Formats: sequence, C-alpha cells, structure tokens
Amino acid sequence: MKLVACVKRVPDTASPVRPAADGRSIDLGGVSFVLNPYDEYAVEECLRIKDARGGEVTVLSASGADASKELRHCLAMGADRAVLVKDAAVDRDARSTAALLAAALKGMPFDIAFFGRQAVDHDNAQVGLIVATLLGLPAVAEVSQVEVGSGAVTVRREAEGGIEVHEVPLPCVLTAQKGLNEPRYASLKGIMKAKKMQIEEMALEIPDSLLDVLRMEPPPPRPQGRVVGEGAAAVPALVRLLRDEAKVL
Amino acid sequence: MGDYRGVDFYGLDDLLTEEQRMVRDTVRDFVSAEVVPIIAGHARDGTFPLELVPKLAELGVLGPTLPEEYGGAALDDVCYGLICQELERGDSALRSFASVHSSLAMHAIFAFGSEEQKRRWLPRMARGEKIGCFGLTEPDHGSDPAGMSTRATRIDGGHSLHGSKMWITNGTIADVAVVWAQAESGVRGFLVEKGMKGFSAPEMKGKLSLRASVTSELVMEDVEVPEGNLLPGAKGLGAALACLNQARFGIAWGSVGAAQACFEEALAYQRTRVQFGKPLAGFQLNQAKFADMLTEITKAQLLCHRLGSLKSAGKAAHAQISLAKRNNARMALDVARTCRTMLGANGILDEYHSMRHAANLEAVYTYEGTHEIHTLILGAAVTGIEAFR
Repeated sequence: MKLVACVKRVPDTASPVRPAADGRSIDLGGVSFVLNPYDEYAVEECLRIKDARGGEVTVLSASGADASKELRHCLAMGADRAVLVKDAAVDRDARSTAALLAAALKGMPFDIAFFGRQAVDHDNAQVGLIVATLLGLPAVAEVSQVEVGSGAVTVRREAEGGIEVHEVPLPCVLTAQKGLNEPRYASLKGIMKAKKMQIEEMALEIPDSLLDVLRMEPPPPRPQGRVVGEGAAAVPALVRLLRDEAKVL
Repeated sequence: MGDYRGVDFYGLDDLLTEEQRMVRDTVRDFVSAEVVPIIAGHARDGTFPLELVPKLAELGVLGPTLPEEYGGAALDDVCYGLICQELERGDSALRSFASVHSSLAMHAIFAFGSEEQKRRWLPRMARGEKIGCFGLTEPDHGSDPAGMSTRATRIDGGHSLHGSKMWITNGTIADVAVVWAQAESGVRGFLVEKGMKGFSAPEMKGKLSLRASVTSELVMEDVEVPEGNLLPGAKGLGAALACLNQARFGIAWGSVGAAQACFEEALAYQRTRVQFGKPLAGFQLNQAKFADMLTEITKAQLLCHRLGSLKSAGKAAHAQISLAKRNNARMALDVARTCRTMLGANGILDEYHSMRHAANLEAVYTYEGTHEIHTLILGAAVTGIEAFR
C-alpha cells in the first residue's frame, strides 16, 4: 500500500509563545519546534499498516521554515521517503495550505493520505478535509481505529453518544484522533539510517495565503482570585457573589 | 512528552550534531515516559525494572556504539555519553545496568573476543535477550585488582576457575559474565555462562544505594570453562582496565544527568512553594545555591563535551577520563544533597527524586574507581610519582 502522512512542524506546547515586536507574528526566540503530536499518530498508523501489509510510507510537509528535523524524525521512526515543499510564507491559512498539499499529492499516487486531526499551533482542524475536497476523495476525520480491507478501509470515529463505523473506498483521506495508537520511539538505529537519507524537495507553484494576520496580542492577564472568607462562614458570601455578581446560580 | 528540558546555560546544544540531539531527545522522552513514573517504586522495593530491558533494546541503547553487524547502531562517543546522561536522569541504577551491559560486558567481547564469540553473544545482547555482567572486583581486592585471588587453572580443553567476585552489577540476572582471573599466562578474561557447573551469582541485599539495580556476588567453585570461552585478545590486566575507561566515560556524562534531574526538581519546587509571602526561589540563600549548582553543572557539561571530542579522536588519556569521572560524580553528589535540602521535609519522601539520586550517587562516587583512587591517578599524572605502589 502507498501511504502518505502529511505532517507539520509546530511550536512545542511547552515553549513560551509571545507575539513578536511586529505585532503580527510569533516571537521565535526560545521557541523549540516539534512534530505536531496528532501528525505523529498519523505517521505511526501508516507505519503499522505498512508493517502489517507491506508498502511504502512517505511523509510530506509544506513549510516556510526548515522542517528537516521533523521530517528526519519521521524517517527515524521508519518512514521510507520524506518530501518537503518549500514555502515562502511563514504562516498561511488552512485553505491555501491544503491547496499546496493537494498539488503535491497529485504527483504521488497513494491509497491513504493520513493527517493529524489538527495542528496544535492554529488548531484549525481543516487542512486534511479541504485536501480531500480538492482531490475529490472521501474523507473521515478524527478516526480512532483503522482496519484495512481490500480496496477499502473500515474506520471508527467517536461521535457524541456512540461510535460511528465507516467503510471508505481507497484512495481516501483520514485524519487521526488522539489515542489512535501509541507512536513508537525513533530507534537509535533509525536515527543513524535517517541521517543518510535524502529529504526530497518539491518545487510547486505557491498559492497566496488567503489570510492576512493584522495583529497578534497576548490574552489579557487573568484577574487575581478573590478570597471571600474561610470555611463554612464563607458560604453565604460566596453564594451571594455567585448569584448577584457572576450570575451563575 | 515530558516537559523536562535539561540544563543548558551555555548553549552546549550548539556543539551537537542533529543526530546527536535526536539521540538525546529520543532517550530523554523515553526516560520521561517509561522510567520516571516507575523508578521510585522499584527503588522502594529494591527491584530492577527488568520490564524495561526489551524496550531499551528496541530503542537501541544496548551496545549502541558497536557496528551494525553486531547489532549496534554505530553511534559515536558523544551519543553514548548523551545516552548515559539521559538514563541517569532517570536513575543511576538504570545507567549502571546499561554501562555494565554495554561498556563492560559487550565492549569486552567486542574488543577482545573471537569472531565466533562476537557473533554468538553481541547481537543477542543488543536485542536484550542475553544480559551481561563484568567480574573484576573481589571481596578482598577492590582498588587493587592486580592482587586478585581468582585463579584459572589449565585443564583438558580449557580452564577451571576458582574464586569469587563482589559488587557485580547485573550478576544475578546475567546470562554471561566476563570474569577476570589469574592464569599461568597472567590475567585473562573468561566468558562464564549462567548454569555452568559450580557457578552461582547470589544477589547482595541491604543496599541503601542503587536500590533499583541488581548487585551480586559471583561464586566460582572449580567452574570448567571451555577454551572457546577464553577471550583470546585479552592478555593482562590492561584489557580489563581498558573496559573500565569506557564505563567511566559514561559515568562522567551520567552524573551530569542525575545532577540536572535534581536541579530541575529543586527549581520547580522552589518556584511554587511560598513561605513568608514569596516563592522560596526568591530568597538569596536559595539563589546562591542555584547559582553555585548551575555553575558546577555547566563546568561538568563542558568537561564531558571536550572529553567526548577527545575520545572520538582516539585521544582521551585514562587520566583525563579519571578527571571527569572524579569531578562529575562528586559534583552530582553535592548537587543532589543540596537539592534535597531545598525540597525541605518533602525532600525525604520518595515522591521526590533528589534524595534517591543522592543515595545512588554515593555508590557512583565510590565505584568504577573510588574518588580517592582517581585523585591518586591525577596525582601520578601530575607528578610522575604513583602514590599507590
């Protein structure tokens, strides 16, 4: 099977994120980048399908910055190929990102294109599904289980109050929910193997970003909590405030 | 994965290659997820986390510097040091397991074994299917191994080994012991296998340090070891000491890992624990401790990096390795003790890691050449006069 995992380089959520001096971007000082955690589930699932049924796993990323570290991490996990679409835009909207990835995917035949359900930077949760629309392929978002049959996959996704089961013909687009699997560690041998592999660069016509960031500002600081008293004696005051001031009672 | 980022005040990450950083980060994430949550329980119960061995093997940290044909990942010396640093961030017991298995047992077989011995043991040891240990120290011969009493007497088809070894990490769980004994031709290394007649490896009990590590005695009562189990390349005590240099190099790095773990723990605690209306970290007495520890950790890191470069170039002298082992084990012990004090009463609970590290580092201070012996090695290097002969 031909499997493509589309991945993104995102700021580590443990890094402090602040607006930069231009007020329109993120201050990259002190920010470390990692593979988007949801994409790691997508890569792992592709590797598991390959382990079970044979095939090839390609990781694909479109990035304005150097995403070779993240792609190499995927190679070290066991991916066979890494393709990087170099993008001049540091940040772009979901629609134009999807157009870029769809254009790249047109050049590589695949059975499943796997995405993380969302990237943890902008949290749009759109790219995988827009790619499917642009390519005219069936898609299921946030899958929590994948079973590959002949010419189709059966996937499960958690819906409110139950589990949806879908059968989807191949080729298709899936996005991975947390808990789909437990991603493996890159082995040290894998790291040394990945070191010797080439990251293929793909030159594509780059669409304009449809979104202009006008301003970024930190959220207002959370106001200090207020101590209304101690123990049981505080209850009447607390109830009064919850009713009259917070209006939640 | 865990939020642990280590201490890097001098931007030493810039000295690392991308692969070295990846190796470090992979082992770091592994330790955060698989070791830190379970290690205090093992230390409390006095058990080695045997369940981690297959995972360590899959990760590739067993014999990582060996060529791929023997199951290694052909990593460089700095990668090996970084692996030790991260494992010991979890616990010195885990790093000790890896040091002894990889740097002592596997290294001895790789460096001094026959091709047949290498093919038989190394791939299986790299996969964690077979565990190794290293028997040099004896009940009556610690710092002075040249005086060893274990004897290898020539018999038909091999040697008969008689004697005992002590303080042997992994002894009881090992499938193969690299045992050093006095033979007619001088000190020789033998592969003594679990189950050989007359060989036993009882575990030593009652340790207050390295509680999550197996420490054993090796007892050899006329064990018949076939000729094929003699390490052909190991002639003289120098071979055994060469293995120790490998392990000491790892200890120099590992100690820094333990120190960083304690530093991070004390810092996190002191930032949030409020007394007299402000965090403990805001008090000058505590800031002085942080400044001193940060300085010492950074100096120790610099020693490691330079030693790594020297070793990679094949230029690390044994006295240079001694200097780093001596300094860093001592530094880590001091840092761990200081951090314990900075955790207040909470510091004596095993919910916190610093006291466990401090207790472990008491052993690290003393094993693989005591602090005092390394002092004398440096004394000899400086003056040209050996004080211990």
